[in-house]
Amino acid sequence: MNESSLIEPPVIDVDALRRTYAGGFTAVNGISFSVARGEVFALLGTNGAGKTSTVELLEGLARPSGGTVRVLGSDPYSRRAAVRPRMGVMLQEGGFPSDLTVAETVRMCAGCTSGARPTDEALELVGLGKRSGVRVKQLSGGEKRRLDLALALLGRPEVLFLDEPTTGLDAEGRHDTWELIRLLRDDGTTVLLTTHYLEEAETLADRLAIMHQGRIEVTGTPAEVTAARPARIRFLLPAGVPAARLPLSLRAAAEGRRVEIRTRRLQRDLGELLRWAQESDVELEALDARSASLEEAFLEIAARSGSAEAVETTGTAGTVEVR
Amino acid sequence: MSAESTAASGAAGVGTTTFSGRLGALGRAEFTLLVRNRTALFAALFIPVAMIAAIKSSLGQIDLDRTGMNAVEAALSGGIGMVLIMAVYANLASAYTARREELVLKRLRTIEASDREILAGTALPAVALAFVQSAVVIAAGIAFLGIRAPRQPVVLVGGLLAGLVLLTALAAVTSAFTRTVESVQLTTMPLFMISIVGSGLFVPLEALPERIASLCELLPMTGVMTLIRAGWLGGAEGYDLMGAALSALVWTALAVFAVERWFRWEPRR
Repeated sequence: MNESSLIEPPVIDVDALRRTYAGGFTAVNGISFSVARGEVFALLGTNGAGKTSTVELLEGLARPSGGTVRVLGSDPYSRRAAVRPRMGVMLQEGGFPSDLTVAETVRMCAGCTSGARPTDEALELVGLGKRSGVRVKQLSGGEKRRLDLALALLGRPEVLFLDEPTTGLDAEGRHDTWELIRLLRDDGTTVLLTTHYLEEAETLADRLAIMHQGRIEVTGTPAEVTAARPARIRFLLPAGVPAARLPLSLRAAAEGRRVEIRTRRLQRDLGELLRWAQESDVELEALDARSASLEEAFLEIAARSGSAEAVETTGTAGTVEVR
Repeated sequence: MSAESTAASGAAGVGTTTFSGRLGALGRAEFTLLVRNRTALFAALFIPVAMIAAIKSSLGQIDLDRTGMNAVEAALSGGIGMVLIMAVYANLASAYTARREELVLKRLRTIEASDREILAGTALPAVALAFVQSAVVIAAGIAFLGIRAPRQPVVLVGGLLAGLVLLTALAAVTSAFTRTVESVQLTTMPLFMISIVGSGLFVPLEALPERIASLCELLPMTGVMTLIRAGWLGGAEGYDLMGAALSALVWTALAVFAVERWFRWEPRR
């Protein structure tokens, strides 16, 4: 992949891209990035960060207010007819006539898709084979997401745009979709996805960008993005033990009994903390030490605005509120 | 995603899509939706018929001498205008609005259909239905009501086709200014009313006072109606026909321009 990216021009190339809506609101404020063939690239961001506004420009649904977009070497807006047959698009929200059945919906789109897969194959791919006779309005939210994915994959696209592909899916459905995206990537499909599930970006993406207020704040591989962040130790001191008694070498921030230490040398500082606790016979409650994760990077960036926005993380972490 | 199925389907569907294939796929889906939408189907099929009866009975009180038509002829030819207004205009204004609200139009733009194909494909079943209805009205008039066969078939068909294109475009324009399917009844009302009264759907223009009639000739549907009536029943010729054709052409061009300028593919945010 890296070799080929040196030779081939990028499949997606974005330069100084801007999108300003009629009311004057700038949703995308001068972003640049490129995605090589066979790469999975994730756009992360809080709600309203500009992810969907960006993806719509890449899909050629709107004309940029400034900057350029090239997909497979062409402008997706002005040369829509040339680029369309080679791209697959999954919008953030449905877009199906509610009174058609699943199979009828696929057939409608297949008639407008070059080299479309047979309807059954497309539905089997996303596990909807048994639902083909059901009206779209009777599908669950997760099933609609799968139908949308089936339609995006209908024409075996070279580039795939997935806007929040797993929102509304249960854990199993999410893992099925991830598996499918990996298969496609192995076949050489280039994938650009947006998500606010950090785990999704961490496991799937070769590279990612974190957007905030219309700009890209950080970009790189998941490892590069997290490597730049400090690790974190948190615990509660027993009542009556002031934080001032902690060793000075630990740069601790205390708020009441709650203490947080941010460090780039997690092992050394944790060892020192535990030794001190042992020697001082102090019981640390709710001790939690962790390396920087994408979540940390994300929260740090999201917190810059000072606005409260919900960020969902999968797994045990549940929902994290950012303030 | 086995290798077999990939190879098999590759052989079956290698070709790129064609204009007629795309239009057919969109039209077929829209036809299914029309059949499943009982209200829309009823409005498109039966209201024009009911209106023909209403026109016929109300024309009993109007002096038609100047028009060269009897009440049955005026009612049936006006009925074709009703078909255009109900089955094409009102029906499509609500179909376009519904598809936009459901984000179907946005989705269709992410596949290979062009903007014009999306609008045309969506219009296909309604246009075909209106064409068949008009043919039935004419055939029934000739077979059962003793009306003469079309005098100038080319003018009749030309007028009908112009009417189908014009009212499809006007439906798209109207839908651009309509937020929800519920409000379509309201937004289609102005054209409905001025056409019924002013374009000769109810009362032939020739039966109106001269000054009012010449004003009414400027309305969107008047040219189309003049062509249809002249094509079927005779009457207008030469300059009158040219004027009507020109008016139909200008209105169609204006409507198509308005669609390109103002049509919305996504709901307002």
